[in-house]
Amino acid sequence: MLRVKEKLYHWIFAVLAFASLFFLIGISIVLFKEGLPIFQKVSFFGFIFGKSWYPTYEPAEFGILPLILASAWVTFGALLVCVPLGIGSALYIHEIAGTKQRAVLKPLIEILSGIPSIVYGFFAMAVMSPFLQRLLNLPTGLCAFTASLVLGIMAVPTVCSLAEDALGFVPNSFREASFAVGANRWQTLTQVVIPAAGSGISTAVILGMSRAIGETMTVLMAAGGAAVIPKSYFEPVRPMTATIAAEMGEAVMGSSHYNALFAIGLIIFIVTFAFNIIAEIISRKFRLKLGLAR
Amino acid sequence: MEKAVRLFIFCLLLCGVAVTTYAGGPFGVDKRRVIVEGSTTVLPIAQAAAEDFMRQNPDTDVTVRGGGSGVGIASLIDKNCDVADASRAIKEAELEKAVGNGVSPKAHVVAMDGICLIVNTSNPVSALSRKQVKDIFSGQASYWSDLGGKAEKIVVISRDTSSGTFEAFGELVMKGAKVRPDALMQASNQAVASTVSRTPGAIGYAGLGYVSSEVKALEIDGVRPSKESVLGGQYPIARPLFMYTNGTPEGTVRDFIDFVKSDEGQKIANEQGFVALK
Repeated sequence: MLRVKEKLYHWIFAVLAFASLFFLIGISIVLFKEGLPIFQKVSFFGFIFGKSWYPTYEPAEFGILPLILASAWVTFGALLVCVPLGIGSALYIHEIAGTKQRAVLKPLIEILSGIPSIVYGFFAMAVMSPFLQRLLNLPTGLCAFTASLVLGIMAVPTVCSLAEDALGFVPNSFREASFAVGANRWQTLTQVVIPAAGSGISTAVILGMSRAIGETMTVLMAAGGAAVIPKSYFEPVRPMTATIAAEMGEAVMGSSHYNALFAIGLIIFIVTFAFNIIAEIISRKFRLKLGLAR
Repeated sequence: MEKAVRLFIFCLLLCGVAVTTYAGGPFGVDKRRVIVEGSTTVLPIAQAAAEDFMRQNPDTDVTVRGGGSGVGIASLIDKNCDVADASRAIKEAELEKAVGNGVSPKAHVVAMDGICLIVNTSNPVSALSRKQVKDIFSGQASYWSDLGGKAEKIVVISRDTSSGTFEAFGELVMKGAKVRPDALMQASNQAVASTVSRTPGAIGYAGLGYVSSEVKALEIDGVRPSKESVLGGQYPIARPLFMYTNGTPEGTVRDFIDFVKSDEGQKIANEQGFVALK
């Protein structure tokens, strides 16, 4: 009887564990199946490097270079915000703060990740964009800058908690050895701890990046949505995710437009997938280096 | 072991409840169901009409979903809904697909929608011609000073290219010309109105129902946008709103469509900011 029960549990949990694999494969198949037909209409290079996105006109134009560049700009801008903030706070929380401060700061940063993205988007649209518009005297506050800023704030918890984990993996003996040869706290931090946790921290940055590139609601609401090749951070742009979110609802099912939106989804999927794999490889190497692998 | 058995039975029960609820459940076995899906423009009419209709006919169950004109029509073609809301006429490709699937979509005009050009209340410009609007949206005119306004850059706000409002605007105003690529894109009528209300140099377009005192609606070709001017055909940027059914509707679906077209249903359309047919 006990054996049956054990087997039953074994199977239940095996099915649950393999369910995500099943979903992953299912989603990839659908993305490829619905996305690839667009390349019968436009060439792959025409799609990636095309400069105009007019999917519902006759003849339709499916060039997503403005969308790709917008995603790249906004993601890069977000990195400029989330890397210093996230890593800085991780260093402070893990290396400098006392237990009491840590007990307050860590949950607070984690709450930041619990705020729904639509709330961030709303905040960007209703508060930040009018403010930036008046402050910088822009024609409109809905621009790449606003979107980057908010995305950066959103990615802080991801970067912070992963970077903190990386710092946690650095054995205390490293720090003790450093103090023992007379290094002060700053020297220990910059010359021993950070280099030792370096690849773990890069993993954090890469995952923060993939968080920013895949974010949809915030950029839809805050980036303005002009499908032009970005020239300045203070002009409206339209990242790939925002395009899908805005247009999928009304696209005729099975049309070229529909396929093109899936193809954009496919590109985002491949990019974030690549980021995650790179992050995984780096973090594996990192654990090896610190003798934590097994 | 006993625990495991109990857990198993509990799960079974849970599944049972889920299935019966989904299928109408023990409480709704006899209800006559209508599923309405489609355009977010028509959504407020459909929703309010469904509520009143169900109140008057307690034995019916009308489910209303948004999603967009394309989604609604696709759903009608796949026989997943009984009524498809649409803010545009069905397309050739969709019609072919429907016929291939044994569905013959029939259009019912349920209300009229006027598309207003709106600007910030601080803008002195209060009338434009359709040609001027086209110039602004296609990129020929970039400063309000060219149109009798302040020396300010025009911030053009458009809708996502697949929304019904965008399509109607393109048909009625742009006439095939492309909207300038640097126009801001907002995903709903409400978002357009609120962006215009916050941006001094902005111009956007939205359904008549979304015009409030926060923004200023422009006269087009000398005609003020209003319910009267839309219905009378003087206001140039207006379009019909549709509900599509599979063939001539019967039974509860017919009752629902009739209700929407009745005086009562039209009063609802009016209250939601659209233009009633009578």
